[in-house]
Amino acid sequence: MKQLLTGNASVATAVRLCAVDYIPAFPITPQTEIIELLSRWINEDRMDAKLVMMDSEHSMITAAGAASLAGVRTFTATSSQGLLYGFEMLYNLAGWRVPVVMANVSRGVSSPITMEPDHNDVLSARDSGFLQIHAETCQEVLDSVIMAYLISEDSLVRLPTIVNLDGFYLSYTREPVEVPEREEVASILPQYIPTSGYMNAQNPVSVAVAVLDGRAYSYFKYQMHLASLNALDVHEKASKKFEKAFGRKYDIVDGFMLDDADYVIVMTNSLTTTARAAIKEMRNEGRKVGLVRIRLLRPFPRQKIGQMLAGKKGVAVLDQNISIGSGGILYPEVLGALYHRSDRPNKIISFIGGLGGKHIGISDFKHIMSVTEQSVKEDQQPLQSILLFTDSDWSKVKQMLKVAGKGEVEG
Amino acid sequence: MTTKTLKDLPVEESLTSGTMLCAGCGGLLLVRIFEKVLGQNAVTVNAAGCMSMLSVFPNTPFKSSWFYVAMASAPAAAQGIRDALDILIKKGRVKKEDDLKVVVITGDGAASDIGLQATSGAMHRRLDFYYLVYDNEGYSNTGFQASSASPFSSATKTTIPSALAPEGNLLDKKDLFEIWTAHKPPYVATISPAYIADMMRKIEKASQFAGPKLFIAHSPCPPGWDVDSDAVIRLSKLAVETGIWPLKEAVNGEVTHSVIQKKRKPVEEYLKLQGRFEHLFEPARQDKVLQTIQNKIDAYWARVEK
Ligand code: SF4
Repeated sequence: MKQLLTGNASVATAVRLCAVDYIPAFPITPQTEIIELLSRWINEDRMDAKLVMMDSEHSMITAAGAASLAGVRTFTATSSQGLLYGFEMLYNLAGWRVPVVMANVSRGVSSPITMEPDHNDVLSARDSGFLQIHAETCQEVLDSVIMAYLISEDSLVRLPTIVNLDGFYLSYTREPVEVPEREEVASILPQYIPTSGYMNAQNPVSVAVAVLDGRAYSYFKYQMHLASLNALDVHEKASKKFEKAFGRKYDIVDGFMLDDADYVIVMTNSLTTTARAAIKEMRNEGRKVGLVRIRLLRPFPRQKIGQMLAGKKGVAVLDQNISIGSGGILYPEVLGALYHRSDRPNKIISFIGGLGGKHIGISDFKHIMSVTEQSVKEDQQPLQSILLFTDSDWSKVKQMLKVAGKGEVEG
Repeated sequence: MTTKTLKDLPVEESLTSGTMLCAGCGGLLLVRIFEKVLGQNAVTVNAAGCMSMLSVFPNTPFKSSWFYVAMASAPAAAQGIRDALDILIKKGRVKKEDDLKVVVITGDGAASDIGLQATSGAMHRRLDFYYLVYDNEGYSNTGFQASSASPFSSATKTTIPSALAPEGNLLDKKDLFEIWTAHKPPYVATISPAYIADMMRKIEKASQFAGPKLFIAHSPCPPGWDVDSDAVIRLSKLAVETGIWPLKEAVNGEVTHSVIQKKRKPVEEYLKLQGRFEHLFEPARQDKVLQTIQNKIDAYWARVEK
């Protein structure tokens, strides 16, 4: 059945469809609607689950991991400061090898504090052991939560997953979403049975004990890494299952107008929808441009990205994040996917934009492609990330500086 | 309520020997008895501290389940496990008779400092769990720095007596019992390894209540307190006899004392046995400081005996 759902409602709906047993929660904008909806449905007896308001995200993520370990299907959600507040526990949950699914509604990170999205929050978790799926649309959000359980609970993986959706652009935006029936979801995602058994008196276990030997420590960390890499294939498997049941298909990396493209933009998340429109316009103008959207950020689909970008003339990597003192976070990862290939693109350029929800429109994408084309033609490689900031952005900031009492600023 | 004697202590051990903890560790003794009395249908949830060194891969001394979490959030993990067990039992995936008691064990630093919020949350949510704090009055696992449970005038690695602060620690011990009791959980008690029968009685009493059941245990730490391993029980006994460690319980916020001395010994008798208070006696007696400590104890008991 098609419904008009916000990104947040899409998450909550998927959680209900997945027959999640347990939801520890803590509010934070722009995620809160997810837990409000789930709480309401539980109170109205539309969902047989328990939601507990915890005292912080640190406690919330802890409780989620512990409950999953004990054997219930568990969900939680957070954003931005909340993710960072619970950060220590991300590494722990991954080490506990629990298939918790957590929605992160992306929002920039303080200071300065903001409500609007970028990806510094979720990308800070990239080394934790959580798998990461980044969604472009509300439909993909709903579908990805279901797929996340399929992948996380697979015995070849057994790692938690973050499903990322952009604050505001998806969280509060209604889109038509095809909502499957509960039974249809159950047919591909049966009740969760932990491989190591439920925690109970018949099954005494010692979990997460100290490991004071570097060899054993390495063993456990390598195991997690290899299990994460398994998710490349397991995503494929889950994707086939999902497509068979619902007719929608998701690849770990998504190509758009790519085949004959000479210049390609690489990016993630909801801004991709605007980029697609820009690509279409540029195609109409006769420019051979295309797009690659990375959906699975962890494990990182290095091979697939390499294959998709090989033989292109120029590639622009648009990071909606900033690693202060380095630049875009995804840029070096994309470079790493290509360096070993003799058919790698001539130029791979790093762009940063959309921080704190700053608007990026079609003209920005055209600018990105022009700069990339130019660098190939002139054989010039910018060594630093190019920071997108238009004249009108600057005049607006100058106005605000004046109001803030900083006087006239030379531009 | 039946009166307990040592003979009532179960013979069977839940915690076996051969751990890497210090000889004479008061905390370990407490944990052993606590686990023994609660029995093996339990899962111990632990925050970073000395007891985290009990289970070290690939060994564990526990016959029951053990779960190391992180320093700040053991009570939150207890919440997750308790809720999961309730859900599993309700949905018929785990049998009622295979249910587990959820037991949090942490040191005083996790309880009074970094994990206080998580504990407050668990109490507020009326979580059905046990919490045992082995209170050795400092961060012993990292070499004995001051925690907010370190008593006034004790020497720790971060409160070394000096010309500027000859008394050592300038701050008073945080009153965790009162903080906990203010949440009105069904049961809070202080316990001591020198009063095992009192401890057994309290655990039994606590077990009748659903909800948070919390215990703070006097836990002498030979290296941190600078005492011999064989002095541990004597010290714990003196702590009660001098009144510096009141044995008490609070049922739904109502406090009663389980041991009241007819005549309290002077606190000096307790202090002078410990290297961490040596500076109060050598090279010169710090009479004013000693009097301050004694006055605080006397004032406490004056309120109790009123
Ligand atoms: S340092 Fe103290 S508390 Fe820690 S194991 Fe040794 S005696 Fe026990």
